[in-house]
Amino acid sequence: MSGAANDRVAVSGPAEPLEGDRTARARTVILLLAAALGVTILLSLASGASDASALAVIGGWISGGAGDAVLSARDTIIVQDIRMPRVALGCLIGAALAVSGAVMQGLFRNPLADPGLVGVSGGAALGAVSMIVLGTTAFRPATALLGIYALPLAAFLGGLAVTLLLYRVSTRRGQTSVATMLLAGIALAALAGALTGVLVFMADDRQLRDLTFWNLGSLAGATWTKAMAVAPVIAAALATAPFLARGLNALALGEATASHLGIPVQRCKHVAIVAVAAATGVSVAVSGGIGFVGIVVPHLLRLIIGPDNRYLLPASALLGGTLLILADSVSRTIVAPAELPIGIVTAVAGAPFFLWILLRKRGVVDL
Amino acid sequence: MIESRELSVVIGRKQIISGVAFEARPREITAIVGPNGSGKTTLMRAISGDLPYGGSVTINGAEVSGLKPWQAAAMRAVLPQATALSFPFTVREIVRLGLAGGRSGVLPGEDARLPDRALARVDLDGFAGRFYQELSGGEQQRVQLARVLCQVWTPMLEGRPRFLLLDEPVSSLDIRHQLIIMDIARDFARRGGGVVAILHDLNLTAMYADSVHVVHRGRLAASGTPAAVLTDEIIEKVFECRLKVGAPPADGTPYVLPHSAIA
Repeated sequence: MSGAANDRVAVSGPAEPLEGDRTARARTVILLLAAALGVTILLSLASGASDASALAVIGGWISGGAGDAVLSARDTIIVQDIRMPRVALGCLIGAALAVSGAVMQGLFRNPLADPGLVGVSGGAALGAVSMIVLGTTAFRPATALLGIYALPLAAFLGGLAVTLLLYRVSTRRGQTSVATMLLAGIALAALAGALTGVLVFMADDRQLRDLTFWNLGSLAGATWTKAMAVAPVIAAALATAPFLARGLNALALGEATASHLGIPVQRCKHVAIVAVAAATGVSVAVSGGIGFVGIVVPHLLRLIIGPDNRYLLPASALLGGTLLILADSVSRTIVAPAELPIGIVTAVAGAPFFLWILLRKRGVVDL
Repeated sequence: MIESRELSVVIGRKQIISGVAFEARPREITAIVGPNGSGKTTLMRAISGDLPYGGSVTINGAEVSGLKPWQAAAMRAVLPQATALSFPFTVREIVRLGLAGGRSGVLPGEDARLPDRALARVDLDGFAGRFYQELSGGEQQRVQLARVLCQVWTPMLEGRPRFLLLDEPVSSLDIRHQLIIMDIARDFARRGGGVVAILHDLNLTAMYADSVHVVHRGRLAASGTPAAVLTDEIIEKVFECRLKVGAPPADGTPYVLPHSAIA
């Protein structure tokens, strides 16, 4: 709204940007990030354990198969059915994790808040682990009925259950206390972790291997079916961003002031919570625990374009997608032909980076 | 017009205010005074729509508890006593949040210029590019006031008065800026709006207020013009201080000269 108004002023008034207005910079950064995402997608399609040429495959589509390029069936399959769904999934999940982090931070008015912190990821993990360990015994009817969808659904339900419980605990008479929610979230995360531990203790050797790999996070099992299953959920969650952005900006001044400014604060919080639970639950279900994307990406972007959520949320989606695709490229090439779980890559790159940010900003920004 | 009847607020199990019949008219500055903990801020929060209350409070005839946030935001802007900010916003970005409701009252295209005009009014020219968290307490308070001014830039909207609800607007300001801010309030009232301000400075109250409500132990101890309310008797009893209220002959504005606290 006011962004559009700024444009009108820029046309009639002086050309230089208004002092303290980072709108122009934010828009430039978003364009650059979109370009970077495009380049990353192409590079990622072109690289991998096999020497299949993505350019040849794409060239083949463009010319409708009538061009000079003679494509081997093997290359087409590698690019279309292995690398593409994997890149699509990486992009979706990276965007979901980064935006979930940014929304959670805006909601809790704390730059360290993250779906991992308030137990949403923990709940989703508990759901998934229950399905892996008990899928052949107690949950047999569920696995029989749902097949490969049992695991994602269980993870999603676990994340949603924690979110609802969290909400129940911290909401009195329609008012959500952010402090209570944060503390309750930490307790629930610990509880989910403990229950997950019990299940791991019960698991047999084969299940343990599945668990370890899933828990570290991986996009290795990417298929078009999986990508298409998560795409609508993540797209719906991301679509709430324009509504949430205005509310989250006002929430930076506190709930009472946001309400004074005309923001329907309770509705805004409900939408934010459901969007985060859905995006996080689905991401954890498909790829396990991928850490640090939700904290590092919004934090880094705030340093560059400022905390205005109208720009922070779309920029987070773009950078999150880009970084996760890059991390996945590293994970599948660094020890090729074997694969490193992507969660290890994001943690190894993300944790020191996050510490560096904290050290650099210490004493300047109150965390 | 803001009007309350039999207004009461209970927080937890404690009755904070009860039986308050409050009135704030357009074209006037209405001051709320009273000792610490007497219920001034609670009264203000009930009027702002932040707290569930018993009895009734209306703004321009509409019951406050029944208003949607965006409806209330078009009728009144609220300056809280203190505002905590998370995330490093610039001064311009903060002031611009006042435009979030889209009812500043100016033409849509002129909205973008309001932050600069509001900052100029609160004597913060050239501060738009600074980071809010790096400013002094008094400067931050004036930035928040600029934000509040943007929200209800025109004191009247569609023929109806709008209100500024200010909780201790001058508490951390030097004397020059206290006068500048109170002049802004007076100007807002002269142009048709209404101002409700919680004030601690009784002399500033006497200078600027058109009517005064004295809050004491959750009830209104006195209401009326400054000359009627700011008397030795009322002030000594409510504030538990020995003092002397005088009036210079020129315009009869009372002044308060404190002597000592009553032990």
